[in-house]
Amino acid sequence: MDLFKSFGGKSNSKNVAKERLQLLLVHDRADVSPKFLEMVKGEIMNVISNYVEIDEDGLNVEITKERKTDDTFVPALHANIPIKKMKKNLR
Amino acid sequence: MSEVIVITSGKGGVGKTTTTANIGTYLSMKGFKTALVDTDIGLRNLDVVMGLENRIVYDLVDVVEGQCRLKQALIKDKRFDGLYLLPAAQTRDKTAVNPEQMRSITDELRQDFDYILIDCPAGIEQGFKNAIAGADKALVVTTPEVSAVRDADRIIGLLEASDVRDHMLIINRIKMDMVKRGDMMNIDDIMDILAIDLLGVIPDDENIVISTNKGEPIVVDEKSLAGQAYRNLTQRLIGEDVPVINLDTNYGLIDRLKSLFKISSSR
Ligand SMILES: Nc1ncnc2c1ncn2[C@@H]1O[C@H](COP(=O)(O)OP(=O)(O)O)[C@@H](O)[C@H]1O
Ligand SMILES: [Mg+2]
Repeated sequence: MDLFKSFGGKSNSKNVAKERLQLLLVHDRADVSPKFLEMVKGEIMNVISNYVEIDEDGLNVEITKERKTDDTFVPALHANIPIKKMKKNLR
Repeated sequence: MSEVIVITSGKGGVGKTTTTANIGTYLSMKGFKTALVDTDIGLRNLDVVMGLENRIVYDLVDVVEGQCRLKQALIKDKRFDGLYLLPAAQTRDKTAVNPEQMRSITDELRQDFDYILIDCPAGIEQGFKNAIAGADKALVVTTPEVSAVRDADRIIGLLEASDVRDHMLIINRIKMDMVKRGDMMNIDDIMDILAIDLLGVIPDDENIVISTNKGEPIVVDEKSLAGQAYRNLTQRLIGEDVPVINLDTNYGLIDRLKSLFKISSSR
């Protein structure tokens, strides 16, 4: 393997650098403060609680990157909302 | 028509001062009256890079505080016709000047100069705000490293939010042998990531250290690749229709063999 690499002359730490950068910039550019995420979290919780009983401690809201078809990244608001049970009267 | 151009980066040590000195020197060699303004108050070194450190009498803060007139603080570079330096104060800090005062200094310089180059300190605080205050255009300097490109992105965002909408990128310290073996981001990688146009690229070149030791900008060196690269980007800056220099043409077979050998032997 190593020999093959030497002949090709290619290692790829630059690809690692590029990927890390793209992820970093998604966060930087989205410019999200923890306060903003807490606000979003609070409001999502209020709305969803009308319909289902959610596990408040397990609720997680964050900004992630999403790979588009052209291989660039866009920020995405990702919410993970564990449901304890559905509310009966709504069904 | 004169133009005020700020050279900035966010991250320190990426080549702002070196770039300011070289572009300014070549502009004056091309016949433009050029003023270099060091806004790195407390950490001045444009004077040293230009080899003018022994000629300083007054500085930027003296002008702002009315201790002298602007013309008295400008140091004339005797080697290059039409090239002047306004040094930063060394014993004060960034808060000794505010953006309003910087704007009035650049406005006054516009009356006498074709180009006014502002060497910006690292960071995004007061020093940065001072440096961009009177600028028409910004040159953002980065190197092919994660932290430098990240900071450049931040700076581009701040410039966009300011009045300086016109900005271009300079990628400094490219090592072609590392690019070849996939261990350094190349120009396309960086241009993919940053939303900005490319003005030029500068190779990593030990001749820059040598020329800085002597206080003579590399751009006067006919032979060095870095000198050529600085002439190329300055031509593009003033609107001459030349393509970005190809650092590859000067990367010969010998270098390629050498870098190949280095990889094989290190494994
Ligand atoms: N292309 C280059 N090749 C080699 N050395 C360089 C290059 N550009 C800058 N340097 C060196 O890097 C150091 C930092 O450069 P400087 O222009 O002072 O950066 P900044 O003003 O952004 O802090 C200096 O010692 C300079 O000589
Ligand atoms: Mg500097």
